[in-house]
Amino acid sequence: MLVSLNNAGVIRSDRWLVHGISMSLKAGEIVTLIGPNGSGKSTTAKMALGILQPDEGTVRQKSGLRTSYVPQTLDVNWTLPLTVNRFLRLTNRATSRQMDEALALTGTGHLARAQMSKLSGGEFQRVLLARAILRAPEFLVLDEPVQGVDFNGEIALYKLIEDVRDRLRCGVLLISHDLHVVMSKTDRVICLNGHVCCSGTPATVASSDEFKSLFGERAAPELALYEHRHDHEHLPDGAVRQLGEEAVAVNGAETETATKNRAGIDA
Amino acid sequence: MLDDFFTRAVIGGIGVALVAGPVGCFIIWRRLAYFGDTLSHSALLGVAMALLMELNITLTVFLVSVIVSLLLVLLQRRASLSSDALLGLLAHATLAVGLVVLAFMTWVRVDLMGFLFGDILAVTTVDLTVIWGGGCVVLAILAYIWRSLFAATVNYDLASAEGARPDITNIVFMILVAAVIAVSMKLVGVLLITALLIIPAATARRFSSSPEQMAIIAAIIGALSVWIGLRGSLEWDTPAGPSIVVAALVCFVLSILPLPKVWAKRKSPRSVVTDTSSEAKES
Repeated sequence: MLVSLNNAGVIRSDRWLVHGISMSLKAGEIVTLIGPNGSGKSTTAKMALGILQPDEGTVRQKSGLRTSYVPQTLDVNWTLPLTVNRFLRLTNRATSRQMDEALALTGTGHLARAQMSKLSGGEFQRVLLARAILRAPEFLVLDEPVQGVDFNGEIALYKLIEDVRDRLRCGVLLISHDLHVVMSKTDRVICLNGHVCCSGTPATVASSDEFKSLFGERAAPELALYEHRHDHEHLPDGAVRQLGEEAVAVNGAETETATKNRAGIDA
Repeated sequence: MLDDFFTRAVIGGIGVALVAGPVGCFIIWRRLAYFGDTLSHSALLGVAMALLMELNITLTVFLVSVIVSLLLVLLQRRASLSSDALLGLLAHATLAVGLVVLAFMTWVRVDLMGFLFGDILAVTTVDLTVIWGGGCVVLAILAYIWRSLFAATVNYDLASAEGARPDITNIVFMILVAAVIAVSMKLVGVLLITALLIIPAATARRFSSSPEQMAIIAAIIGALSVWIGLRGSLEWDTPAGPSIVVAALVCFVLSILPLPKVWAKRKSPRSVVTDTSSEAKES
């Protein structure tokens, strides 16, 4: 077991960002976290990485775990002279051959001497991924790695993540902005909205004609659909209502009005 | 050689500039300009404390700066005020308290201008030892934490996740800034220290393609500014500290101007050739 969260939660200004999260990741496993904006995907990942300490429950990491992290946002402003090659060596040493290899894997070999502040969004994401791969991690955390990458690039990056997993046998925690389409090689999908709403394996519908017509022939092996099975819904005031039950108040909030105009965030 | 006050001033000033360059780069990268300003303002409180309790001035200034920077970290975690408001509050509060305390001590006569704007021409050989000794320690520590500090500067979460311990290096860096301020206060004064930290680093940016390069170029430009400023101050009888800052400013302005025509002409033949070839392709 690389990382395990047991009933972990983070509270900020009297509000639970995430609450009672239990999950674990083994070597060679890919877990995808999905959920609406502000549902605590990044917070959960940061707990797993040890950046945030849980305010409840426990987080365990294998001792001496070698981790690579691709954060959701990374701002390199103009005042910071930083070439791609120097960025690849940010937290580790690397030979120029290792750096060339990592860049070649992500198709950014021509950018080795470019300044980080001059890269486009898609190039930047690829370089971030190259740096993460270069560290040969046991635990790879990717927070929305395909943002700003076009559709074909997204397919290629998913293929690359799969290759990296196969080669290094590392555990991958992937955060996706897409609620329904996930990487097909995902072993488990966890849908978050402050807590674990549902989890399961992605449906293997990639071979269906409907799917192919939607995403194209090339996409089929890399993408898969995830079907949510929720036994509850989230009300606008943050309350959680079990399906077929009265609303349960969260944080002591009145839920009468909320029940009337429920606009479920759930898929 | 050290008998000459001008030589002492140059050696002391260059010592400060060599340390201020690399430290100033981090202040620019981390957007801490106002933080440096706050610490240097608090140096005056350090001076007042030292005189009140008859302690060593440099050491007391250093300790007060460290306390203020730790206080700032604490307040940022707890208080609801934004951090620039907190910085402004601390900067001017410590400066004002320092001035008031000094005014109460009627028995000591203080050259306030000397503390505010520096008195580089009154540098003693003891000061030189403090500057170069302290400077070497600061640079050695900075070199030791460089990788981790730089990783934390690019992205705190990433550095933390990948085991670079940014929480510790951040605090060490604050202490280094406090040390630079304590050491250089006598030379350029409380109000001009930030300038010596920031202007050479900002000037160096245009000529650098890596962080290490920028730190070295900033140190060189700082040293150059010290020398030009001091020569100028001797020549035209202007105050030494401000003259150094003006020299640094001139370097900065030169650095942001477009390349002079002589250089542009030298480079132009090549670009003309490529231009025509690309035009030919298009047509």
